[in-house]
Amino acid sequence: MDLGNFDSLGYILPELILVGTIITVLLADLFVDDKDRLGEIALAGTALALFGLAMVNGNQPGWLFSRMIVHDPFAVFFKMVFGLSALAAIWMSLGSVEVRGMNRGEYYGLLLSSVLGTFFMASAANLLMAYLSLEFVSITSYVLTGYLRHNRRSGEAALKYLIYGGVASGAMIYGMSWIFGLAGTMDFAGINEALRQGEPNKLALLIGIVLTLAGLGYKIAAVPFHMWAPDVYQGAPLPITAFLSVGSKAGGFALWIRIFYPALSQPAGGGNWEFIAGVDWPQVVLVLSMVTMTLGNFTALSQRNLKRLLAYSSIAHAGYMLMAFVVLNNEGLVAMMFYIVAYYLMNIGAFLAVMIVANQTGSEDIDTFRGLAWRGGVAPAVAMTVFLVSLIGLPPMVGFIGKLYLFAAVVKQQFYFLATVGVLNSLVSAFYYFRIIRTMFLDQPQGNEAPLSVSWHNGALLYGLSVATIVFGIYWEPVIGLAARSLRFFVGPV
Amino acid sequence: MDHLLTYLIFFPLAGMLAVLCVPSSQPKLIKQVAAAFTVPPLLLAGWLFVVFDRTQAGFQFVEKYSWIPSFKVHYFVGVDGISITMVLLTALLSFLCIFASWGIEKAVKGYFALFLLLDAAMMGVFVALDFVLFYIFWELMLLPMYFLIGIWGGPRREYAAIKFFLYTMAGSVLMLLAMLALYFIHPDPNMHTFDMTQLIAYGSQGVYSVAFQRIVWVALFIGFAIKIPAFPFHTWLPDAHVEAPTAISVILAGVLLKMGTYGILRINYAMLPNATSEMAYYLLGALGAFNIVYGALCAMAQTDLKKLVAYSSISHMGYVMLGMASFTQQGIDGAVLQMFNHGTVTAMLFLLVGVIYDRAHHREINGFGGLASIMPMYTGVTAVAFFAALGLPGFSAFISEVLVLLGAWEKYPGLTAIGASAVILTAGYMLWTMQRVFLGKANEKYIQLPDISRMELFTLAPLTVIVVVLGVYPKLAIDLITVSLGELLKGL
Repeated sequence: MDLGNFDSLGYILPELILVGTIITVLLADLFVDDKDRLGEIALAGTALALFGLAMVNGNQPGWLFSRMIVHDPFAVFFKMVFGLSALAAIWMSLGSVEVRGMNRGEYYGLLLSSVLGTFFMASAANLLMAYLSLEFVSITSYVLTGYLRHNRRSGEAALKYLIYGGVASGAMIYGMSWIFGLAGTMDFAGINEALRQGEPNKLALLIGIVLTLAGLGYKIAAVPFHMWAPDVYQGAPLPITAFLSVGSKAGGFALWIRIFYPALSQPAGGGNWEFIAGVDWPQVVLVLSMVTMTLGNFTALSQRNLKRLLAYSSIAHAGYMLMAFVVLNNEGLVAMMFYIVAYYLMNIGAFLAVMIVANQTGSEDIDTFRGLAWRGGVAPAVAMTVFLVSLIGLPPMVGFIGKLYLFAAVVKQQFYFLATVGVLNSLVSAFYYFRIIRTMFLDQPQGNEAPLSVSWHNGALLYGLSVATIVFGIYWEPVIGLAARSLRFFVGPV
Repeated sequence: MDHLLTYLIFFPLAGMLAVLCVPSSQPKLIKQVAAAFTVPPLLLAGWLFVVFDRTQAGFQFVEKYSWIPSFKVHYFVGVDGISITMVLLTALLSFLCIFASWGIEKAVKGYFALFLLLDAAMMGVFVALDFVLFYIFWELMLLPMYFLIGIWGGPRREYAAIKFFLYTMAGSVLMLLAMLALYFIHPDPNMHTFDMTQLIAYGSQGVYSVAFQRIVWVALFIGFAIKIPAFPFHTWLPDAHVEAPTAISVILAGVLLKMGTYGILRINYAMLPNATSEMAYYLLGALGAFNIVYGALCAMAQTDLKKLVAYSSISHMGYVMLGMASFTQQGIDGAVLQMFNHGTVTAMLFLLVGVIYDRAHHREINGFGGLASIMPMYTGVTAVAFFAALGLPGFSAFISEVLVLLGAWEKYPGLTAIGASAVILTAGYMLWTMQRVFLGKANEKYIQLPDISRMELFTLAPLTVIVVVLGVYPKLAIDLITVSLGELLKGL
């Protein structure tokens, strides 16, 4: 199904709702005095967009907008993840003290725009669209990172992000131009056809792919494109950090899968994919995955600022998820998609717990967590423990199940060394996650801190996320079923 | 009775939820609720002991429900001769340790909630027959133990807790890889399974190549050896045991240590027979004999009473390893019996150390003296425990040690001689400790110490009875285990 511009409008109902919400928020900013209302409008709009997503879910898969974007179950799955990340980020923003001091109309507008960009990342069917959506998300992220105007760190983070992102996407568009040159078209289906039928120069193709990886690797914060992440995560306002670490990263993964699987590889039956012989990009990813995991975990060991620590842990988790690309089959992709959902739950939860404490103490250092359980913060401390244990990958949390599936996919294809590196990295990560747990439970409070108060707002989200982390760790069939069903790409009329 | 094993696992979990619902301002009620929820598992365990069919080698009280169909994971539980003694031990010790924890003052709700979670996880490990379920319960033990040691423990509790956690987790991640390898290695994808009974069948059918078996055996063994604990993976034990609160030391020594050897029997022996035949001499037999002697010598050098008991645990677990390596019916019967007996005897020892620590607030052996005249009843019970620990005939440990040594003598006379000689060492440190602490002139500082209280006696009495009864009539226990173990041996 190949639709033109006007016919496609019905299929992008969620995106249209998001656009409507952005406009409403910006307009409402002019009239409304209580700026919290803007957040509530944004929340309602996002929820409505998710509802719209459920409505378009049943539509027939196909190309939209003259083969610029595609509608298929894979896109719907990721849009759901992005929508949920946006909901969580907006909810967190409503409960955040940092955000209170900002210009909230533009803040929510930009956040929703970023989400809109991720929606297009998941459904890109053309190299140009891929690049445009990635840039859209990046630019809005730059501004959001630097949003704390009087905070030096925020400004520094935004500048670093901008420069780094600029270089990375420059490399990416260069790589894309090489692929365009070899294939003769920017359309994914066309590229697939051209690479299969034609005899592209293998070295040129490899260079093009590696350069494209630069841009994608930057988005998911994989080594060696990760240097921006710690500073940006530390400098940005907490809800934005949470969104970047989950929504933006998931967008990067979605785009990666879109480019590398339906576009550059072809299905080889039995759930496997094959690539042109001689261009061994999975090997590159294997090395990237191991280096990313290891660097992320080992650097996190020495961090004292919690946002920075969680940034390095994010880098490490990107490394685990990259393992799924090495195996070149559907099981790896399903494992990765499951892990993204699990990661959403535990990472947002962890950042939320940091925000709850930072709201009151103004500090994100690990020392502010000292004796948290003994000064009225038992609920955040227990919830944080749930999230941290899930991040380590221990039962009965969903993080363990995610890692189980990832390692299963890797062991099945007999990448034993990679699997061993992965599990040993999990062990190393236990060191620094447990340092936080120890500080919360085993250390006594300094004595002069006020008892922690948790607003019902933050408490509700915290409770919901921790319950979900445990429940999905015990009964995860619905999520893995959803991921398996969603792994269907529309690559062209068959 | 239907779902007996599920009740055994989920009563403590229900207890945990109940405890969480009781307000923190009522510590006594919390303790009573916790105790109440450990009574049904104890009764069920007693019932299990009565109705268990001692002539059958296979699994009984089996329950199998589909849990995650897409990954072929089932909720699959069952009990056989190898695990039944452990189930009984867990139920008994969990019940007694609630009472041993009666003196906890700080954060009572958290303590008992974590304890009940630990209880459920321990029970789950012993009855789980699906590898993923087994792994989940195994890992589920780690977190409560970390907090229980780390919050309610002694002066170096933080260090001991994290050391225990990381050490055990290191072993478990290797177990995870081994589990996945066992799942995927079967050439026919339809036969991929986590079902332990199936995996055991594959093992006996020779599905796994010897090279594969060796690697997986070693990976699993490292994980289990950390738990046993076998030298050189034992260094977490003295710290964890000493710093943990009394009841947790009892659980740690009484139940958790047995999971290592249980895992080896259930998984390594059953599923990987060729590798077992090759490696058992060195990795179990020789290491076991070394454990026996090493533990005894280290115990002799200790001045802290609790640390002495901890090292004696290492020593006694060596007998289990030696018995397992012998591949004779007597040896392996002795090994599993020793698992149970060590659980009861060591539990007594730690409880007794807890009694004196509660009163004097230190455990220095040389700091006491002549307690026999100050606390006669305590001395009597301790004497029973010490003599049981050193393997005096009339007590249960003698039977298991003799069986182990007899069984191992046929195969490895050298190792057996080493193991048997350690009995002298054990007697040495036990009696010397007895002399330093209880005999001689009464220490002035402690003239006023109260004797053992009724609640403490209540926790010790059932264990004493079992130790004496099994010492005189061991058939009660051996009957449970011997048929299943015979079946296990046939495969090797």
